[in-house]
Amino acid sequence: MSAMLLPLADFTAPKIEYNELAPLLVVFGAACVGVLVEAFLPRPLRHLVQLAITVVAVVVSGVLTGILMNGKKELLAAQGAISVDGPALFTWLILLALSLISVLLFAERSIDGGLSAFAGQAAAVPGSEAEREGTAARIEHTEIFPLTLFAVGGMMLFAASNDLLVLFVALEVFSLPLYLLCGLARRRRLISQEAAMKYFLLGAFSSAFLLFGIALLYGYAGTMSLGGIADALSSDTGSDTILLAGTGLLGVGLLFKVGGVPFHSWTPDVYQGAPTPVTGFMAACTKIAAFVGLMRVFYVALGGSRWDWAPMMWIIAILTMVVGSIVAITQTDVKRMLAYSSIAHAGFLLTAFVGLAQAGSGVHNGITSTQAVLFYLVSYGFPTIGAFAVVTLVRDAGGEATHLSRWAGLGKKSPLLAGIFAFFLLSFAGIPLTAGFTGKWAVFSAAWTGGAWPLVVVAVLSSLVAAFFYVRVIVLMFFSDLPADAPDVALPGWQTTSAVALGLAATVVLGLVPGPVLDLAARAGEFIR
Amino acid sequence: MSHELTWLLVAVPAVSAAILLLGGKATNAWGHLLGTLAPVISFAFGVVLFFQMRGHGSEERSETVRLFEWFSVGSIKVDFTLLIDPLSILFVLLITGVGSLIHIYSIGYMEHDPRRRRFFGYLNLFIASMLLLVLAADYLLVFVGWEGVGLASYLLIGFWQHKNSAAVAAKKAFVVNRVGDIGLSLAVMSMWALFGSSAFSTVNAGAEHVSSTWATLLGLMLLLAACGKSAQVPLQSWLLDAMEGPTPVSALIHAATMVTAGVYLVVRSHAIYEVTDAASTAVVIVGTVTALAGAIIGCAKDDIKKALAGSTMSQIGYMMLAAGLGPAGYVFAIFHLLTHGFFKANMFLGAGSVMHGMNDDVNMRHYGALRTPMKITFATFAFGYLAILGIPPFAGFFSKDKIIEAAFADNTVIGLCALLGAGITAFYMTRVMLMTFFGKKRWADDVHPHESPAVMTWPLIILAALSLGGGALYFAGHWIVDWLEPIVGHEEHHPPVSALVMTLITLAVVAVGIVIAVLKYRRDIPREAPAGSPVTVFARRDLYGDALNEAVLMRPGQYLTRTLVWLDNRGVDGLVNGLAALFGGLSGRLRRFQTGFVRSYALSMVFGAAFVVVALLAVRLS
Repeated sequence: MSAMLLPLADFTAPKIEYNELAPLLVVFGAACVGVLVEAFLPRPLRHLVQLAITVVAVVVSGVLTGILMNGKKELLAAQGAISVDGPALFTWLILLALSLISVLLFAERSIDGGLSAFAGQAAAVPGSEAEREGTAARIEHTEIFPLTLFAVGGMMLFAASNDLLVLFVALEVFSLPLYLLCGLARRRRLISQEAAMKYFLLGAFSSAFLLFGIALLYGYAGTMSLGGIADALSSDTGSDTILLAGTGLLGVGLLFKVGGVPFHSWTPDVYQGAPTPVTGFMAACTKIAAFVGLMRVFYVALGGSRWDWAPMMWIIAILTMVVGSIVAITQTDVKRMLAYSSIAHAGFLLTAFVGLAQAGSGVHNGITSTQAVLFYLVSYGFPTIGAFAVVTLVRDAGGEATHLSRWAGLGKKSPLLAGIFAFFLLSFAGIPLTAGFTGKWAVFSAAWTGGAWPLVVVAVLSSLVAAFFYVRVIVLMFFSDLPADAPDVALPGWQTTSAVALGLAATVVLGLVPGPVLDLAARAGEFIR
Repeated sequence: MSHELTWLLVAVPAVSAAILLLGGKATNAWGHLLGTLAPVISFAFGVVLFFQMRGHGSEERSETVRLFEWFSVGSIKVDFTLLIDPLSILFVLLITGVGSLIHIYSIGYMEHDPRRRRFFGYLNLFIASMLLLVLAADYLLVFVGWEGVGLASYLLIGFWQHKNSAAVAAKKAFVVNRVGDIGLSLAVMSMWALFGSSAFSTVNAGAEHVSSTWATLLGLMLLLAACGKSAQVPLQSWLLDAMEGPTPVSALIHAATMVTAGVYLVVRSHAIYEVTDAASTAVVIVGTVTALAGAIIGCAKDDIKKALAGSTMSQIGYMMLAAGLGPAGYVFAIFHLLTHGFFKANMFLGAGSVMHGMNDDVNMRHYGALRTPMKITFATFAFGYLAILGIPPFAGFFSKDKIIEAAFADNTVIGLCALLGAGITAFYMTRVMLMTFFGKKRWADDVHPHESPAVMTWPLIILAALSLGGGALYFAGHWIVDWLEPIVGHEEHHPPVSALVMTLITLAVVAVGIVIAVLKYRRDIPREAPAGSPVTVFARRDLYGDALNEAVLMRPGQYLTRTLVWLDNRGVDGLVNGLAALFGGLSGRLRRFQTGFVRSYALSMVFGAAFVVVALLAVRLS
C-alpha cells in the first residue's frame, strides 16, 4: 500500500489560475449543465431552459472576459498550456458576442411553422413515417445548445492554446459538435447529412496532418509548448528537414480550418448543406478561432523561421483570394456564394498575416498584422452572421429558397430585407462607411507596410472581382422583375430580428466609428510566449 | 473667426438623406420639399463661410477643422478632418448652388414619378458625399466621399429600374469606376508607406522628398482614379450610358459636379505632380485625347443627352489638360470647371425641359423648330450655347481661352489640338442647336410641345444668367487667380503670340465650326438617321470604345464561357456582362474541381500538403 502512496506524496497539484480561466470554465460548465438538463428535465421545458442557460453562460463569460481585459494582466495559465494574453481575450470577446447572435438564430422557431431549423429526430430516416410523427409531435433536439457551448468553449481554448497538444484537443472539442450540428437540418436532410459526413471525413483527414505536424515539431524541439519551440529554433539545434516538414503539415491542418486554398474544398459543400444558422456560426466563429490559432502558432512558435514559411504562405494567400473571388462569380446558390466569399475573405486575412508587420520588426509604421487581423475578424464576423440570418427568411414551400434566381426582384417584394442584405454585401465588398471597408484598409495597409505589396495589388484586384459578384446580387434583387412564383419573406420572431439588427448595427458602427474597436484591437497588443 | 461648424455643410444633406430613405412612405408628402431645403441650407451656410473667408488675409484663409479621431493604430492616425480653404469653398458653392437649383427643378421634373421621395433621398446622399469629397483634408476621407458619390451615381443611373438598359448602365458605371478606385486605394496605401499618413498637409510637405519613381507612380495612380471618375480615356465608356438616368441627375452628377472630381483630385495633389514631369505629361495627354474624342463623339449623336455627354467628356478633357500644365494651368482648370458647371447644367436642364415637352423623346431628329413653343428654354439654352462656344462676353470665353493660351505656351501640338477641339465644339453645339430649335418641325402629330412649369424654368434662367456672368470671376481684376494662388500657386504663361491675337485666332476657328454646321444642317433633316460616312459611323459608335472593350475583354470571355461553362445558370447570368464573362469562363473551369466527391477533395488536400512541404523545403534549399 505504502508503495502506491509514495508517488502521490511527491505529486504537486498543477497550479490553475481559476480567475483568469473563468470565462472558459463558465462556458464548459454550462455545457455540462446543459447535458444534465437534457437528461432530467421534461421535454416541454427544455427549449426555454437550455436557451436561458446558454445565453446566461455566454453573457457571463463575456463579462468576465471584459473584466480580465480591463485588468490588463497577461499570463500563461495552467502551467503554460493556455495563454491568456491580449489577443486571446479580444478573440474570446468577439467569439462570445458572435455566438450570442448565433444562439439567437438557433432558437428561432417562428419562421418554419413553429419549428426550429433543426431536425426533430436526427436518427429518423429522412422521409420516413417516424420523421413525420416526430414533426407532428413537435419533437426537437434541444441538445444543439450544449453542443454549441462545447463548440464555443473549444474555439476559445483553441485561440488561447499555448501548447500544441492543447491546440489539438481544443480543435477536436470544437470540431466534433460542429460535425453534428451540420447534419441536423430539418429541411433537405440528405444534403445536410452528406455535408456533415464530408466535413467529418475531411476534418479527420486534416487532423491527421495536424497531428503528424505536431509530432514532427516535437521531434525537432523536444517540447510541445510554443515558447519551447521558439527557443529551440533560436538555438538552431535539430534537423531542418523535420522542422520544415512539421511546419508544413501543421500549416495544412490549420489552413484547412481557415479555408485556405487548396484546403478549402469542404467549405462550399458544408456551408450549403448545414442548417443556415449553423453555417453562419461556422463562417464567423470557426474562422475567427482558426485564424487566431494560426497566427499564434506561426508567430509565437515559428516566428524565428518566418523567412522559410512566408513564401509558401504568400502563394496560399494569392491562391485563396483569386480562387475565392473568381469561383464565386458562377455560383448560383446564395449559400455557396457566401461560402466562396468567405474563402476570399480568408485570403484577404492571409495577406495581413504574411505581411508580417510586427511591432519592433522595424519595417512597419502603423498597424501590426495581429491587430489588423483581429479587427478584420470583427468586421467580417458581424455582417456574415447577419447575411446568413437574412438567408433564413427567404422561403418557399421547400424551405429556404437559396437558388440565386429565386432572389430576383426581392427588392420589390421586401425592400427592407433586400436593403439590409445589400448593405451586408456592400460591406463584404468593402464600400466605405461599412465595417468591411475599414477592415480591408486595416489588413491591406498592414500587408503593405510589411512589404508585401504584390500581395496587396492582387488583393485589391480580387476585391474588384469580388465587388462584381456582390453587386450582381444587388442588381438581381433590385433591378429584376419579380416572378409570379417568387418565394415568401417569412416574418421573423424576435430572435432572428435581434440577430439581424445586431449584425446590422455592428456593421454600421464599425464603418462609421471604427476607432474604439480598432483601439481595443491595438491594445490587445501582441501574443505572449 | 473659426469655421468649426463646417461639418454642418455635410451633415445637413446627410441627415435629410437618412430621413428620406429610412422614413418610408410617411415622408412621401413632404419628402421633396425637405430634400430641396437641405442643399439650400448648405448653400446659404456656404455663402456665409465664403464671405467670412474673404474677410481674412490671403494667408489665413485655410483652416482645418478636426472633428474627431477616426482611427489610429500605431503611428498611423486618420482624423476626421475637414479642410476649408479657397479651393474647397468654391466647390462647396458650386455643388450646393447648382445642386439647389437642380433640386428645385426636379420638383417639377419628377412630379409624376411615384418614387420621387427616394429620388430626392439619393440626390441628398450625393450632395453630402460630394461635399465630403471636396472638404476632406485626408486622402482616405476623400476616398470615402469618392465611393459615396459613386454609390449615389450608381443608384441614380439605375433609378428607373423598369428599364433594363438603366440597370446595365448603372452596373457598367459601377464596375468602371471601381477600376479607377483601385488607383486611389493604391495611392493612399503608398502614401501611408511613404509618408506615414495620408493627410494633405503631410503628403504636400513630403512630396519633394520622395524619389522621382515613387512620385511618378503616385501621380499615375491618382490619374487612374481621376480617369475613372471623370470619364477620361481609357475609362470613358460609362458616361454615355449613364445618360439612362433621369435628366436632373445627368445635369448635376454627370455634368456639373461629380465628373469633375478627377480634376479636383489632380489639382489638390499639385505637390505630387510638381515633382514628376512624367505623370504631369500623362495628365496632359489624357486630357487632350479626351477633349478631342469627346468632341468627335458629340458630333454624331442624335440623342440630345448623349451629344451633351460627349461634350462633357470633351470639356473635362480641357480641364485635365490645364491641370496637367502645372501652376500655369491649375487656376484655369478650376475656373473652367466652375463656368462649365454653370453652362453645362444649364444645357442639360434645358434638354430635360425639351424632353419634358416632347413626351421624353431624346432623338433630336424628332425635334425641330422648338424655339416658338419653348421660348424660355430656347433662350436659356442659347446662353449656354454661346458660353460653351466661348463667345465673349459669356463665361466660357474667359475660361476656355485661357486654357488654349496656356496650352500653346506649353507646347504647340497640344495648343493646336486644343484649338481644333474648340472648332469641333462649335460644330457639334451648333448642330444640336439647329436640330432642336430651328428648321422645320419634325415631331409626330400626337406630340404637343409646351413650355415647362415655372419651377423648372426659373432654375434655367438663373443658370443662364450665370453662364453669361460667370466670367466676371476672371475679368473683374483676375479675382480667381488671386483667390486660388495661395493654395495651388500660379505662374503667368507666355503664349508665342500676344493674347489678343490668340483670342482672334480662336474666335476665327469657332466661327469656321459654326459656318460648317450651318451649311450642313440648314437643309431638311431626315427623321431617320442616314447611313453616314465611315467617319460618322466611327463617331456614332463612340469611336469604337465599346467595340474595343468588347473585343479585348468581352469576346474572349464569352468564348471561354461558351466552351467551358454549362448553361446551368442562365436565369442569373442574363445579367452578367463582358468582364464577368471573362472571369466567368475561368470560374467555370475552376468550378469543375468542385466535384462533390470527398475522395477528390481529399486528394486535392494531399496535393496541397505535398506542395506546402515541397515549397518550404525549396525555399530553404535555394
